[in-house]
Amino acid sequence: MKITTDKQSQNVLQAKKKPHLSLQHISMVYPGKRGWLDTMTRRATKDYVALADISLDIEPNTFVSIIGPSGCGKSTLLNVIAGLIKPTAGKVIINDQEVTGPGPDRGIVFQNYSLMPWMTALGNILFAIETVFPQMPKPQRLSLAYEYIELVGLRGAEKKYPHELSGGMKQRVGIARALAIDPQILLMDEPFGALDALTRGYLQDEVERIWEQKRKTVVLITHSIEEALLLSDKIVMMTKGPAARIDEILDVPFPRPRHRDTLDQQEGYHELKALMENHLTRETREVEESRTRRL
Amino acid sequence: MLKFWEQNRNLTAFVLFVLSFIALVSFWEWGVQSRLFSELMPSPFATAKEFWRWVSNPFYENGPSDKGIGWLLLFSLRRVFTGFLIGVAIAIPVGVLTGLSEVAAKALDPYIQVLRPVSPLAWLPLGLGLFKDSEATALFVITITSMWPTLLNTKFGVSTVDKSYLDVTRSLGASPWRTITKVILPAAAPNIVAGMRIGIGIAWLVIVAAEIIIGNLGMGYFVWNEWNNLSITSLISGIIVIGVVGFLFDRVFALLHKWVSYGRQV
Repeated sequence: MKITTDKQSQNVLQAKKKPHLSLQHISMVYPGKRGWLDTMTRRATKDYVALADISLDIEPNTFVSIIGPSGCGKSTLLNVIAGLIKPTAGKVIINDQEVTGPGPDRGIVFQNYSLMPWMTALGNILFAIETVFPQMPKPQRLSLAYEYIELVGLRGAEKKYPHELSGGMKQRVGIARALAIDPQILLMDEPFGALDALTRGYLQDEVERIWEQKRKTVVLITHSIEEALLLSDKIVMMTKGPAARIDEILDVPFPRPRHRDTLDQQEGYHELKALMENHLTRETREVEESRTRRL
Repeated sequence: MLKFWEQNRNLTAFVLFVLSFIALVSFWEWGVQSRLFSELMPSPFATAKEFWRWVSNPFYENGPSDKGIGWLLLFSLRRVFTGFLIGVAIAIPVGVLTGLSEVAAKALDPYIQVLRPVSPLAWLPLGLGLFKDSEATALFVITITSMWPTLLNTKFGVSTVDKSYLDVTRSLGASPWRTITKVILPAAAPNIVAGMRIGIGIAWLVIVAAEIIIGNLGMGYFVWNEWNNLSITSLISGIIVIGVVGFLFDRVFALLHKWVSYGRQV
C-alpha cells in the first residue's frame, strides 16, 4: 500500500517537471557501399538503419535503463545522447537546449573503462577535473579528486596505474571520473559488461549506494534484467535491430534504498521480471532466426 | 642432464655464446696462421692487447689530431645527439600533424617517400654545397637520415590513438592543444620511442660514414685513420667500440620504450 502512494506522489511530482533529457525522433542510418567499384565487384551493401524514430522523455533525477537484445543499437543511442555521434535525423534536447556535440554536462562511463594508461587512478580523475574546471585552484581540485576516490572506495589505490588495477577497480575509477565533473546526466554504456559476476554484483550495489547520494539523472545501457530492476526507476525495452525502436517503458516502483537480497520480495518483482524475460527472449530469438536465415 | 640445460635457458644461452665466441676466435687464429687472410691481418691476441691499450687510456691528448679513443667517441656522440635531436624536433611535430590530418599526410607524403630512401652518402656532397662546413654537413646528414623512422612512427602512433581516449577528452570538452599534449602524445609515446630507437641506430651508422668522408675528428675518422696507418689491430678496436656503443643506445631506448608504455603491449 505504501508503495503505491509513493509511486503516485512521485508521478505527480514528475508530471510538474519538464523533461530533463528528451530524445525527439532519433534515427540513425549508416550508409551502405554504393560506389561503381563496389557494385561491379558485388560488394555493394544496403543502407543499415540502426535506429528508427526513437522518442523518449526522461525526467530529472531518474535512473533509466535501456535494455534490448544485443546489436539493437543501445550503445549507438547512448553515443547519440553523449553527442559523440550525430543522428541522421532527430534531436537530443537537454534542459531545452539542443545537443550539438559532446560536453561535460554529461559524464560517460565506458564499457572498456577508457582510462589513460599513463595516468594514475587519481591522475585520471584529476585530468577530468582540470579539463572541466580550469579556473579551480589546485588544492581544491586535488581535494575534489580525493572526495571521489573516497566515494568509489578506492582509497589506498589512488596512486596505482590502470594496468595495476583489477577490472572492477578500473571501472570504479571510470565512475569516479564521470561523476567528479559534476555532470547533470550520467551515461553508462554496459559499465559492468566486462566484469565477472561477483564483481558485477558488488559494483551494482555500489552504484545503487552512490546514486542514493548523488541522485543524478542516469541513463544505463544494459542487457541484464536483474541489473535494470535493481537500479532503475524506468526501464526502456528496445526491439531488435535493424530499425530498432522502443517497445515498452516499464515503471519500477520498488522503494529505495534497494537491496539485492530483498528485491525479489517486492510486490510485482516477479511479474516485471517475467515480462522483461519474455520480451528479451522473443527479440533475441528473432535476431538469431534472422541470422540463421541469412546464412 | 639434458633437462638441466632446458630448465636454465639463460645459462644455456650464455654457454653457447662463450663456445661460439671461442670457435670464432679459433677460426680467426687459424686463418692468420694458415695465411687464409692477407698478411695485414693481426692475430686475435695482438688485437686484444691493442684493444686494451686503447680502452685503458681513453682520454690522452698528444696534439690536435692524436687523441684517445674516449675523446673521439665523445666527439662522435655529441655530433650524433645534436643531429638526432634536431631530427626528432622536426619529426615529432610533423608526425603529429600528418597523423592528425589526412590532408597534411597526403600533401607531405611525396617528400617523405622520396627523401627517405636516399643514401646518407648522397646527402654528404649536398650538405657541403649547402653549408661549406664539415661540422654542419655532418649534422645535416644525420638529421635528414635519422628522422624518418621517428616521423613515420609518430604519424602511425598519432593516427591510431585508441578512439576511446579521444571520446573521453571530447566529452570533457578538452581543447585541441590539451588533447594533443595530455592524451595523443602520451598515447603515441611507445610508437614514437620505437621510431627514435631505429633512428638513433641509423644516426650511429651514418656518423661513421660521414666522418670517414668529411674527416671530422670522431670514431669514423679513427677507423679510417688507422686503416691509413695500416694498424688493423686499432681498426678492429674501433669497430668493437662502435658496436658496443650502438648496442648500448639500443638498450637505453628499449628501457625508455618500456618506461613510456605503462603496461601496454606495443
